[in-house]
Amino acid sequence: MNATPSGDTTPKTVNKITELLGATRRRKGLGIGEKWNALPKQARICIALVAVALLYLLPWINPPIIRTEDTDFASLLAGTVVPYVLVALGLNVVVGMAGLLDLGYVGFFAVGAYSVGVLTSKHASLPWFLAMFIAIAISMVFGAILGAPTLRLRGDYLAIVTLGFGEIIRLSAQNFGWLGASEGISSIKRPPSIGPLKFTVLENKGYWVFGLSLILLTVFLISLLETSRVGRAWTAIREDEDAAELMGVPTFKFKLWAFAIGAAVGGLAGAFYAGKLNTIYPRDFEVQKSILFLAAVVLGGLGNRWGAILGGFLVAYLPERFRFVSDKRYFFFGLVLMIMMIFRPQGLLPRRLGRGRAKGIDIRKHRAGEDEDDLGVVRSSGRG
Amino acid sequence: MTRWRSEVLLEVKDLQVFYGRIQAIRGISFSVAEGEIVTLIGANGAGKTTTMKTMSGVRPVAAGSVRFDGKDITKMASHKRVELGIGQAPEGRGIFPGMTVRENLDMGMYLRKDRKSGAAAADLERVLILFPRLRERINQAGGSMSGGEQQMLAIARALMGRPRLLLLDEPSMGLAPMLINQIFRIISEINAQGTTVLLVEQNAAKALKIATRAYVLESGEIVKTGKGSDLLNDSAVRDAYLGGK
Repeated sequence: MNATPSGDTTPKTVNKITELLGATRRRKGLGIGEKWNALPKQARICIALVAVALLYLLPWINPPIIRTEDTDFASLLAGTVVPYVLVALGLNVVVGMAGLLDLGYVGFFAVGAYSVGVLTSKHASLPWFLAMFIAIAISMVFGAILGAPTLRLRGDYLAIVTLGFGEIIRLSAQNFGWLGASEGISSIKRPPSIGPLKFTVLENKGYWVFGLSLILLTVFLISLLETSRVGRAWTAIREDEDAAELMGVPTFKFKLWAFAIGAAVGGLAGAFYAGKLNTIYPRDFEVQKSILFLAAVVLGGLGNRWGAILGGFLVAYLPERFRFVSDKRYFFFGLVLMIMMIFRPQGLLPRRLGRGRAKGIDIRKHRAGEDEDDLGVVRSSGRG
Repeated sequence: MTRWRSEVLLEVKDLQVFYGRIQAIRGISFSVAEGEIVTLIGANGAGKTTTMKTMSGVRPVAAGSVRFDGKDITKMASHKRVELGIGQAPEGRGIFPGMTVRENLDMGMYLRKDRKSGAAAADLERVLILFPRLRERINQAGGSMSGGEQQMLAIARALMGRPRLLLLDEPSMGLAPMLINQIFRIISEINAQGTTVLLVEQNAAKALKIATRAYVLESGEIVKTGKGSDLLNDSAVRDAYLGGK
């Protein structure tokens, strides 16, 4: 299934599109993950180290084609990509791993950003890093406060309540003079220099190095959770909440943890964002951000942290990269999302069956006794 | 047919359950002794599944009490009941569709501390001997299997938690006749191996055949009780539930 051997059975155009979307990546049932695991350990470590090093050096390499022509590449990486990737990672815990639909995730992002704003500029002058940690803690508390009364709701109902929460946070910021009302908060502190790492208006590379480190740390912590009892409980809740409870999983407790941890990561993203931009306005935290965040997670692949990273990156990066199509870029972005959902509803990097993760949507094919190496274009109707 | 011991494992007294203002269960009392298979039979809407949901803690109780092994569990959360040793294969199977059979069985051991031990492996072997079909499908997604296989998986998964009391809600629902016989045979086997069973069934004939004792539920009330074999020959029960005249 490498090139297009099945071109005679599938319309050419469809094949082209799916290929473009990376859908033909799989070969004889071997996904990227399986191939990766088949490599010897030393090789994996070497590749990972080189990849990480290249990522860190990205703004210095400033690679052609990939770099953005109309925006400063380093500034895009630091100011947009880092917050989006962090947000996608956090939201993936809530939506992808625990299966709780949150449409107000921007609220936690706002809480993190406003916490840093209030603590380093508006009402206090705490050191930036201290403010960051407090912001994470406050966001976590907000996650628990929102979760405790609402997590008894399910599916659509939960989504509506969280949507309301996001709006309440934004409207509070908009209307409370204490939070700067519509003027927002300005002159928010930047992180202090750490050795050679500088954080200034012109020095975006420092932010990138710092932000990428935060991303790697978050990925590491989340993968620890994912392989633990907590991760198994989340998977069970996502699959069937009642059944999880009957297996002895304290579902409410674990849903609350998913919310709190997701909120903490969202708050971290907000704190970083505030420290990078130094000025925040209530309008930075509108509902459409929540939807974009969700799109990032779904695009990347629900429940797969690498997918979340990829999705967050693409949602932040693509509109800037294709800035030359100016105001039509969101049209194309929407179009891409629609095509994606039709041909690859499980996202670019779906979670896999086995080893704790499962590809829920692929079920039908197993029934037919087929291998899981083909595209599954038929799958678009979702599961019944 | 099955050992009869006098220790009462589950004791339900004057249970009342409401859905909003509609009373589904009107003060029923029943008990399950250690080692028994007790079955609740009745028509659609008699309150069988509601009773079962109350036992597992999914439905709240309006009045009355539920005691397990002498301990009052009337208001206890579902997941805590599992800790005490109440395992359930819920109605409509309730397996984890996107997990493999193995992962489903593994979730059945969620509360066990010895998941990696030899005892856990032995239990896995035991359920795979009971359900050979599951061994063939061990790495397949749970949701990709047929209804009967999912039912087997649900029962096997509940067994992995080593329950003292196994709650089975309509295990024969929607299954082919061949499979129904097989499922009931396996339930007897599980019971013979030492697990107490509370079985809710619409298929009264089959259920009464394997049951130590049975209760007949009608519009939320128990109208008859007795040994399984006695009820099987009871003319009123035959007329109402066994379709015989």
